[in-house]
Amino acid sequence: MADGVFRMNPSQPHVNELADYERVIRPKKGLVAVDFDELWRYRELFWFLAWRDILVRYKQAVLGVAWAVLKPFLTMVVFTIVFGKLAGFSEKKGMNFETYAVLTLAGLLPWQFFANAMAESSNSLVGSSNMISKIYFPRLIIPASAVISGAVDFAIGLVILFGVMIWAGVSWHLHLLLLPVFFLVAFAAAFAIGLWLSALNVKYRDVKYIVPFIVQMGLYASPVAFPSSLVREKFGDTVFFLFSLNPMVGVIDGFRWGVLGGAFEPYWPGFGVSLGVIAALLISGALYFRRAEKTFADVI
Amino acid sequence: MSKPIISVRGISKQYRLGSAKSQDTLRDQLTHWAKNLGKEQADASESFWALRDVCFDVKPGEVIGVIGRNGAGKSTLLKVLSQITEPTEGEIYLRGRLASLLEVGTGFHQELTGRENIFLNGVILGMTQAEVRAKFDEIVEFAEVGKFLDTPVKRYSSGMYVRLAFAVAAHLEPEILVVDEVLAVGDAAFQNKCLGKMQDVAKNRGRTVLFVSHNMAAVQALCGRIIHMGGGRVLGDGNPDAQIAAYLGEIKKPRTDTAVPLGKIVECRQLEFSPNPSVSGQPLEFTLELGAKQRTQLIDCAILIYSVYGQRVAILDLRKPTGQFPIGPDAPFRCTGRIKHFPLVEGDYRVGLFMNCSEYYSDYHDLASLTVSAATKEGELAPYAAHFRGLVELECDVKF
Repeated sequence: MADGVFRMNPSQPHVNELADYERVIRPKKGLVAVDFDELWRYRELFWFLAWRDILVRYKQAVLGVAWAVLKPFLTMVVFTIVFGKLAGFSEKKGMNFETYAVLTLAGLLPWQFFANAMAESSNSLVGSSNMISKIYFPRLIIPASAVISGAVDFAIGLVILFGVMIWAGVSWHLHLLLLPVFFLVAFAAAFAIGLWLSALNVKYRDVKYIVPFIVQMGLYASPVAFPSSLVREKFGDTVFFLFSLNPMVGVIDGFRWGVLGGAFEPYWPGFGVSLGVIAALLISGALYFRRAEKTFADVI
Repeated sequence: MSKPIISVRGISKQYRLGSAKSQDTLRDQLTHWAKNLGKEQADASESFWALRDVCFDVKPGEVIGVIGRNGAGKSTLLKVLSQITEPTEGEIYLRGRLASLLEVGTGFHQELTGRENIFLNGVILGMTQAEVRAKFDEIVEFAEVGKFLDTPVKRYSSGMYVRLAFAVAAHLEPEILVVDEVLAVGDAAFQNKCLGKMQDVAKNRGRTVLFVSHNMAAVQALCGRIIHMGGGRVLGDGNPDAQIAAYLGEIKKPRTDTAVPLGKIVECRQLEFSPNPSVSGQPLEFTLELGAKQRTQLIDCAILIYSVYGQRVAILDLRKPTGQFPIGPDAPFRCTGRIKHFPLVEGDYRVGLFMNCSEYYSDYHDLASLTVSAATKEGELAPYAAHFRGLVELECDVKF
């Protein structure tokens, strides 16, 4: 058998000659899968781009780190007063003012991370047009590293959160260890939407006007300033499932549970819906991105 | 005989012209879909082939020049080779790491320091962090920016900026290096240094280099083989002198196509000199007409005159003192001019354009050519041969 195979080779010198080529460039047809091997080979570029974004972000702004502290903190103060005191949400849930502040901040942190990361990531490809039209690298790296660069603000926010938790005197528990998991979910949500919008933005430049709208609407359509259990109590399960189609509902609920513990356990079926939406957006986003990236260099 | 390091087999690249233009906002696209709901999709968009059935093999260690007019497909070929854009048909086999220098300084960030940019740019160009670290001192020395390493590059002079950018690129060590016109940057001394570096990379380290340039002197000095492209096809491939001669012959012929695209929007409809051949020291008139596929503003425009070997000799500045000039499908830009005493020494000159519209700007080479013949001199002395006299004929009265 082996002999027979061997004898076939001289009649196909073409194939033989090309056997040790490292790379073949040819048109890709149809759906293109994500090439994880290649992404792994380019991991250094990924970290360097994230490092560049972080460096630039804190170099350019005079306030720099201070801004990363003030933004979530001041928003928390305003939201706690407006929603907790004026609208009376804290009394409704039988919580004191301090706990409500923690609740708000625990919603604000993942939300602000998501909003920033999604916005950065949506504009990332257009912002890197110079690189894209001049150099090859897996284009997925660009929106992904843009999402990562928001993680520093998030880390700073966590420090404030712990400070506020001490001030509010809420109890600490092991659920806190789950925060990285929920952070990953927030990352996935921002990246999934970033994939879609960044690729669309290359082709249709009016997409950038959609992003601020999503951020603005999303703040009210997500349980940032109120616990999501309010929605379920008021409108029932069906509406809550619809509400959970917003992927940030699951993320914020999970995060809040991690911070405040037992009483804030997410309604798991709703959480499942949010996770499902994120997964669907992520997979479809990756496929769309891979399909669209073939023409990025031509249209950007 | 060694196996080819690059094997290009039947590569074609098609661009669609019309489709992206009419629906480049999501709003327009959605309206378009809504209107055509249920209708058969008629693909009326124009397309053109930037590359058509290009085949060639490159052996390891070869230094190949790629020459051709604007729109010949040279840049598209490099973009396909470096995987920036995908071919429509055909296959390319590569054995070895390929790095492209389509423009130096890609990925430089204004706010970052020289040191930070060296690392960032090195990694972007395909080096590992360890490689950049190993070469760091060499790069800094080559770029001559030692003192300013911790200064943000936005405070660099343009010369320093370019030197640093090229230094990083020059220290890449890929098996295959693809270079597009980087030598058009920097001062003469730095250009020589770059040429030297490329020669070193090619000859002493046995790297394979693909070099696109309009500078025939540089191509001739560096390359052992030349691929001459035109209209997306390979017109000739082989001995440098023969290919350069064929190319220079080609650019002397008037272009057969009526309008030459200058990028995506603007096109050059007419660029003519009269008389052509003209006479050194005599009047020369020119006519230029630009059109545009969509409305835009013409911000700058200049006719560029090059020697045969690609040295820029002079420009004719055609900016309007009143500012921008709107052009569009039915509003061409047209101008004529007269040079009283055209001062160039006899010979062939290549003519290009610099064009800056609202959307983009670039130099466009070899849109026309100009032949200058010798003036009949009064007096007793026969002039020196043209190549001794440089490029410019100066009028002067000498006293003894």
